Amino acid sequence: MTQMTFARAINSGLRKSLENDPKVILMGEDIGTLGGVFRVTDGLQKDFGTHRVVDTPLAESAIMGTAVGLAYRGYRPVVEIQFDGFIYPAFDQIVSQVAKLHYRTQGAVKMPITIRVPFGGGIGSPEHHSESPEAYFTHTSGLRVVSVSNPQDAHTVIQQAILSDDPVLYFEPKRRYHDKGEVDEGIDPRTALPMDSARVVTEGTDVTLVAYGPLVKTAKDAATAAADEGISIEVIDLRSLAPVDYATVEASVRKTGRLVVTHEAGQSGGLGAEVAASITERCFYHLETAPVRITGFDIPYPYSKLEMHHLPGLDRILDGVDRALGRPNSLSGLEG
Amino acid sequence: MSTDRNLIQLVTPAGERISHPEFDPWVKDIGDEQLCSLYEDLTVIRRIDVEATALQRQGELGLWPPLLGQEAAQVGSGRALRDDDFVFSSYRENGVAYCRGVDLTDITRVWRGTASSGWDPYSVNMATPQIIIGAQTLHATGYAMGIQNDGADSVAVTYFGDGATSEGDVNEAMVFAASFQAPVVFFCSNNHWAISEPVRLQSHIQIADRATGFGIPSLRVDGNDVLAVMAATRVALDRARHGGGPTFIEAVTYRMGPHTTADDPTRYRDANELEDWAAKDPILRIKALLERKGLLTDQVQQHVHDKAESVAREIRSGCIGMPDPEPMDIFKHVYSEPNSWLDRQQDHYARYLASFGDPAGATSEEGAR
Repeated sequence: MTQMTFARAINSGLRKSLENDPKVILMGEDIGTLGGVFRVTDGLQKDFGTHRVVDTPLAESAIMGTAVGLAYRGYRPVVEIQFDGFIYPAFDQIVSQVAKLHYRTQGAVKMPITIRVPFGGGIGSPEHHSESPEAYFTHTSGLRVVSVSNPQDAHTVIQQAILSDDPVLYFEPKRRYHDKGEVDEGIDPRTALPMDSARVVTEGTDVTLVAYGPLVKTAKDAATAAADEGISIEVIDLRSLAPVDYATVEASVRKTGRLVVTHEAGQSGGLGAEVAASITERCFYHLETAPVRITGFDIPYPYSKLEMHHLPGLDRILDGVDRALGRPNSLSGLEG
Repeated sequence: MSTDRNLIQLVTPAGERISHPEFDPWVKDIGDEQLCSLYEDLTVIRRIDVEATALQRQGELGLWPPLLGQEAAQVGSGRALRDDDFVFSSYRENGVAYCRGVDLTDITRVWRGTASSGWDPYSVNMATPQIIIGAQTLHATGYAMGIQNDGADSVAVTYFGDGATSEGDVNEAMVFAASFQAPVVFFCSNNHWAISEPVRLQSHIQIADRATGFGIPSLRVDGNDVLAVMAATRVALDRARHGGGPTFIEAVTYRMGPHTTADDPTRYRDANELEDWAAKDPILRIKALLERKGLLTDQVQQHVHDKAESVAREIRSGCIGMPDPEPMDIFKHVYSEPNSWLDRQQDHYARYLASFGDPAGATSEEGAR
């Protein structure tokens, strides 16, 4: 076990993938000599060469579209989209090409492309640098979407994403890049918990609190704070956003009878709505109350002096827990 | 003789072979037999197009994008390729697909709606047709970067129309191709119309000149002259194979039919324009050349006619005889690996279908209720 930052853990996972398979190739803006704007790819070009770690021109659609061509040729491209808000120029190539080519060619062409996206807010950036666009991609069939919340998962899941024959969007919570944690670099990604499985982070009996990526830490903090008030929260880290491991969430809700989902992305049409609806379908008679969503607002990501109002924090999450439990909360007295 | 001094031309619209010191050497191996073979290909491809258009009119195909008038651009380039080159085309390059050896029934499969695509790309080294305008130019460039990494000397070739050159992807593809000196050939079939938008709306300069701005050498060739297209393509392929990087070819041709069978070109284009281009018809041109050379014998004509008719019969019977897919096929190949969301939906739909007890009834519009 080694203590390392989240960013370093991804770097180590990428390094292992580059070592293990000569067909793995990294592409993106500034990922070579600079090592990426967050230094996630630091040192990789130096060790693996400019043909394995490719600094590209600034053109997101081209980064994605050439990755498609490389995948046609038998490569396993790992592309970096520098920031969440820059992914939109590549949207067409992702949803119309990467996602659909396996289906379109009746399985003849595989698209084992990993798309790394630093996402989410909380770092005081200007606009286009703090977005949570995951729902656009969870809605697109043919893609797998994951988001990791701790260095160990970051290290293991990036390798699993690269090993997968399906295209994977790998959302990295950028405000956690410098968080440190224990990482066992010897874990075999093939035998580790599969990347499409959720994980129970904290066991509890009163409320199921579902989070992913950057908010898992906040959710854990909320559980700790709630415990002081005698409320037992079970925190689930979804890890996989498409598909969601509903079996794990369902088992928890059957036990607690209450569901709170939290994410930074806006509420309408977000993943929280999907989780709430699916869990309601699956265990309606086990729910004591309607599922609660604590999310970002349906607004463009705000300027940094106000982002703490947009991002679900510990107190907003606890307020949602109070709603689920029927305790006094900010919406008490409101109907509907 | 063409009045366009930039246009590479080896055969005039009247069928006269004219010399071109720079490009003649690239087709010096094309003797009488090969000329007759090119004439056969052009004729067969036109016959495929006519038959498929008829199949669409008869309700056997949902849609068809005719290539009438563009046969020489497709055959001249398609026949220049090596088996290990890889093609990324648009939906109109059925002539190129024929040259690559795509099964004729497979060409109609996607337009009949029995599959999302017709063939295994690796069986003929040609990706299945791209519907999104220009997206395939990036795939070709990426593939070419892969060729480069592999140290191979094959080439990726991408086909697109004049309208596609307005798309960001085509421009980004040229940036990447030039930056990495990727072995890719950009083959633009300038057929003058992007559905109803004329080429003058896409570009104020000759399209071939745009490539220069990206640092990519370009050739502008008479797209209705099969020999000239072949020569230009061979030049570009040779450059790519020998580390010379990308080349852009503008094949100046004309879409004599509609954009697709859903389109009505009489609403937007002048009949005189069509007439002018009909005089430059690529098949009439090579026919005239063969005639001048005394090669257009009854035997050759009969052989070409018989071949075209047999291909037409094959494509018709293949298309009509194609079985409908099974309902559960809808779920196949979305993912390479199991997906719990889709597995559940698939399971639920199978139970739903089974609830009718009669699978055939369950797939009819009325259902079994």
